[in-house]
Amino acid sequence: MTVEQTAPPAQLSRDDRRAMLRTMILIRTYEQAILREYHADKSPGFDIGAGLIPGEMHLSAGQEPVAAGVCAHLTADDALTATHRPHHLAIAHGMELRPMTAEIFGRETGLGKGRGGHMHLFDPATHFSCSGIIAEGLPAALGQAFAFRHAGSDRIAVAVAGEGAANQGAFHESLNLAALWKLPVVFVIEDNDWGISVARSASTSIPSNAARAAGYGMPGIRVEGNDVEAVHAAAGEAVARARSGGGPSLIEVHTLRLWGHFEGDAQGYRPDLEGVPGFDPIPGYEQKLIDAGVVTGADLDVMRGWASEQVEDAINYAKNSPRPNPDEALNYVFVEGPQS
Amino acid sequence: MSTVAENPARLEPKPLPVEPAAGTRKLNTAKAIQEAIGAEMEQDDSVFVMGEDVGAYGGIFSSTTGLLEKFGPQRVVDTPISETAFIGLGIGAAVEGMRPVVELMFVDFFGVCMDQIYNHMAKIHYESGGNVRVPMVLMTATGGGYSDGAQHSQSLWGTFAHLPGMKVVVPSNPYDAKGLMAAAIRSDDPVVFMFHKGIMGLPWMVKNQRSIGAVPEERYEVPIGKAKIVREGTDVTIVTLSLSVHHSLDVAEKLADEGISVEVLDLRSLVPLDREAIVAAVSRTGRVIVVDEDYQSFGLSGEIAATLAECDPGLLRSYSRVCVPDVPIPYARELEYAVLPTPARIEAAVRAAVGS
Ligand SMILES: Cc1ncc(C[n+]2csc(CCOP(=O)(O)OP(=O)(O)O)c2C)c(N)n1
Repeated sequence: MTVEQTAPPAQLSRDDRRAMLRTMILIRTYEQAILREYHADKSPGFDIGAGLIPGEMHLSAGQEPVAAGVCAHLTADDALTATHRPHHLAIAHGMELRPMTAEIFGRETGLGKGRGGHMHLFDPATHFSCSGIIAEGLPAALGQAFAFRHAGSDRIAVAVAGEGAANQGAFHESLNLAALWKLPVVFVIEDNDWGISVARSASTSIPSNAARAAGYGMPGIRVEGNDVEAVHAAAGEAVARARSGGGPSLIEVHTLRLWGHFEGDAQGYRPDLEGVPGFDPIPGYEQKLIDAGVVTGADLDVMRGWASEQVEDAINYAKNSPRPNPDEALNYVFVEGPQS
Repeated sequence: MSTVAENPARLEPKPLPVEPAAGTRKLNTAKAIQEAIGAEMEQDDSVFVMGEDVGAYGGIFSSTTGLLEKFGPQRVVDTPISETAFIGLGIGAAVEGMRPVVELMFVDFFGVCMDQIYNHMAKIHYESGGNVRVPMVLMTATGGGYSDGAQHSQSLWGTFAHLPGMKVVVPSNPYDAKGLMAAAIRSDDPVVFMFHKGIMGLPWMVKNQRSIGAVPEERYEVPIGKAKIVREGTDVTIVTLSLSVHHSLDVAEKLADEGISVEVLDLRSLVPLDREAIVAAVSRTGRVIVVDEDYQSFGLSGEIAATLAECDPGLLRSYSRVCVPDVPIPYARELEYAVLPTPARIEAAVRAAVGS
């Protein structure tokens, strides 16, 4: 049941294309700002625990086409589970930037009141969650899909993970169970060629996870080219299938890790390092839409300005938010107050 | 399978010097570990290293830096992110007489592969009536203090120590790390080797001066199961391990100026636990504080109280513990430092103990 990527991308409206570009620009602007803030106060040298944003930081630059192309088909009522690299998906799925950013800055106004951090963004408003444990977001998506179906709705769950995650037991168990029970799930594998320092070819026995999907009895497709419109087309089919009771599908997108695995990663293991910026998906898409007459240079300036305003507003909000009170460190282990 | 009889070479490995003089050459703990593994690999062809990013990357916390260059990809093997498969593979290889050093990148990830560890690695020797040995080292990073959140900051050694069949070593400094790693690789039992990221002396993390120290160039062992008094004192005994040893020594030094004499016992291993050393130390002072970065309840600190109570309930003039109070490790710095066993919390516990 492996589906080749055949049909030309469905006719995208001008607005669809502009919206996807805007989402990609917003994500990139956000990641650049987090990059700036993260490194602003870790010197001299690099102290991972120092600064306004401490801890590990996995940024998603280069993977915007996956988020923009998939999330274009979702509403905030659909669930999305992500990974240790969650920002692009959170933004594309409509998470409010202020509480998201405040969480990354470890503030009381953050989504998790500073308890979670950047790998642990939980947003009931957009049914978004993520986990720092590889592939462990997949089973939860099954459960959300199960609950949606139980409620008789056409809501779906999307589980996103890296190509490295596709070698975990949880991935294989989840595919089997989702297919067996025909759950309204879409699995999205972001193949950015690397799992930290381990190349895909050194970790994965076959070139395409679409074949693994076939092995579990669900349609699978591999999208080459880090092309947001191709992602949009593949996701459109998969989402429609899930919504209409047709069961799960898998989409693997060959995307790009533009920066290091995490900040501070010198990437000495990466032979393609010099060429990487040349594969940045955003300039190419901008040019494509200019050539197609969908946007002008002036439109792009407006989009960038808007993105920058949104992002800087969120960062200022986070920086000006109160820090959590250490006396409350033990709150929220269990439900306090009346049970629901 | 490598029964005892089939593997005679392993019955009488040439003994190594035990805890020789440290000398003057200084290393950080990460280098000491690399050196121990490399030396055993040179001696014994059956030793190999396996895990995520242990090759070109050299281990996320530099536990294997340089080994790929020296021993090649057949013996220093990067794995897929498939902990159940590669830890299980390590067990199988060990059962056939190899001596794998398998890295689980963060101890927090044990959740995805624990069955291989506690139902297999730890039980095969017993279930086989002693006929099958599993001479494997499971090396893993522990601990917090740098805002890595609830899934990347745990200590969890008490969990492993609770489950029978695996030795658990937890060094605090380069000298012990090298000797304990040699002992672990040479042990015929499975050993869980748990290094706190904060003791490694990594350039990209705050560190205590004690993460760098004198280490002999020669091969040697620090015996598994022997605690060490790292500072003598008469007023109160701190029983501790890993990074908390550094903090406890700092506090002891500071309070010495005020005439408070603090003894610090570095456990170095949890399994076997050096109960004699604990009892002996506490017999001298009568006051004990357990400092443990693991969760407080159902763990090491309770085990030490039980050990002392079983030995002689009259021994104790005071007992207290400075642990993580049964809460996931928070992300925000001020919350995390409110729950970690910081020098400030240790100092307060010492003052309370000597005031009592
Ligand atoms: C169970 C588990 N094993 C290992 C890790 C450490 N780790 C974090 S990210 C990562 C690589 C993940 O690669 P991939 O799934 O391809 O995602 P990417 O980082 O490329 O986005 C690894 C090994 C982890 N977090 N959880």
